[in-house]
Amino acid sequence: MKHDDVVIAGAGMHPWGKWGRHFSTYGVAAARTALADAGIEWTDVDFIVGGETVRNGYPGYVAGATFAQALGWSGARVATSYAACASGAQAIDVARARIMAGLSEVALVVGADTTPKGFLAPVAGDRWDDPDWLRFRLLGATNPTYFGLYARRRIDLYGATTDDFAHVKVKNARHGLHNPNARYRKEVTTDDVAASPVVADPLRLLDICATSDGGAAVVLCSADYARRLDDARPVRVRGVSTVTPTYPNTVIEMPNFATDSSAVVTPSDTAFRDAIAAAAYAEAGLGPDDVDVAEVYDLSTALELDWYENLQLCGVGEAEKFLRDGHSTIGGRTPVNPSGGLACFGEAVPAQALAQVCELTWQLRGEAGDRQVEGARVGITANQGLFGHGSSVILST
Amino acid sequence: MSQTASRTPIPAVDGWFELEPEPALIGARCVECSTVVFPPPSESTPCPNPRCASDRFESHRLATTGTIWSYTDAQYQPPPPYIPTTDPYEPFALAAVDLADDGLIVLGQVAEGFGVDDLAVGMQVTLVIETLYSDDQHDHLMWRWRPEGDQS
Ligand SMILES: [Zn+2]
Repeated sequence: MKHDDVVIAGAGMHPWGKWGRHFSTYGVAAARTALADAGIEWTDVDFIVGGETVRNGYPGYVAGATFAQALGWSGARVATSYAACASGAQAIDVARARIMAGLSEVALVVGADTTPKGFLAPVAGDRWDDPDWLRFRLLGATNPTYFGLYARRRIDLYGATTDDFAHVKVKNARHGLHNPNARYRKEVTTDDVAASPVVADPLRLLDICATSDGGAAVVLCSADYARRLDDARPVRVRGVSTVTPTYPNTVIEMPNFATDSSAVVTPSDTAFRDAIAAAAYAEAGLGPDDVDVAEVYDLSTALELDWYENLQLCGVGEAEKFLRDGHSTIGGRTPVNPSGGLACFGEAVPAQALAQVCELTWQLRGEAGDRQVEGARVGITANQGLFGHGSSVILST
Repeated sequence: MSQTASRTPIPAVDGWFELEPEPALIGARCVECSTVVFPPPSESTPCPNPRCASDRFESHRLATTGTIWSYTDAQYQPPPPYIPTTDPYEPFALAAVDLADDGLIVLGQVAEGFGVDDLAVGMQVTLVIETLYSDDQHDHLMWRWRPEGDQS
């Protein structure tokens, strides 16, 4: 039987940090928490999707099946999703599509990672045909290089200041103070940010997110199934965006040396990050004015400001004013990153798009405790996966 | 960076730039739709224009001057495969440069002796070739962006 409505019946996380354990440990813990939250047994799940990471030969140790084996082989259908930072959203998209098509009723989506110390870097070996390897060898261009370029553009185009960037960190640190799953739970001042060393001008260490271990999981099911569960707080999945860019992509992005050329083909009016949100809004039949809360991808403080505009929470060039006026703070017009964001969590690549969805689920149920956005009924996540993976999920009550 | 007569200069990557008759990036242009691509595609790579099915390109020299789209620097030593050239590490700047006629933006390190304080968005820069790193036999050459003098 086909289903129009897919709901999030359960959400769970393993606290993020630098724990040094196998990634499946975090995934299983997050999965068990999400299953308990849904009131569903693992053996009732008919489809499991794992968000994949790439490491050590087997990609993510073939994540979907790794989690399935760790939970105990149950005969469930399985899939694994690789979309870099967008892996979790793509995994949700697959699970949701199977449920809508009537091929599954209850799906478990899990992402988890164990991250090495320091800069994210290519694995060893000479790979002259790999742009991700070449950018380090030929340019010394780390991920913060690209964040620095975007931040400098905001300063030049819109009059952003490094103080604005610091205020994003201050806001997110305060939001995440009481989040039990966050790694960093400590107030940060603009002076703290200013006192931290420059990594990639104009960005300082406290402007850039850390790498973390962590896990997140959600249970998806049809609305009919949720009614049978007697779920009194159903959160509906309204839209999932997994769009690729439209040629020519004229913003330079990791790991590229150059943009596409606009000399022959006129660029779309909607740049890639704008298109990610636009597709989610279109699928949900909702718009930015409907959004009560957003979880966006603050790889750098300055990048969070870009997302305000990409999600159309404010006009282009107005993100600094939106921030300064307190609109993105809890209590403001559209609170952004009430979880604390990557500023408080750090990156655990296959888990982070799912962690955003977990946070919105708790926000929309009114279960977010000290970081609750009052009256939140519609939430949007936004994220971008390396190599052209869009990621945005819209949930509503 | 010391240079000795015994080392031969060679490009740090094959076929992406040339030194003669003057330094220039070498891209490719689709023979069907004229779309420009940089870095040059490897053999049998299709044209990136989704409405073009060609996989035939001709060599195309990119403009050697452009304007800074944005810039930053690397205050921490990048991890391998980056090869540090000094000990202790000395930061370097990078710029993304808009090559208007070719309709694309190309990232590169900024020429030796220039840092972020010397740069501004919109500033004109020129392509130069400098030594990226050296080993016993070779100076490995790479393109860099040099701010033009007399900026107003
Ligand atoms: Zn073509």
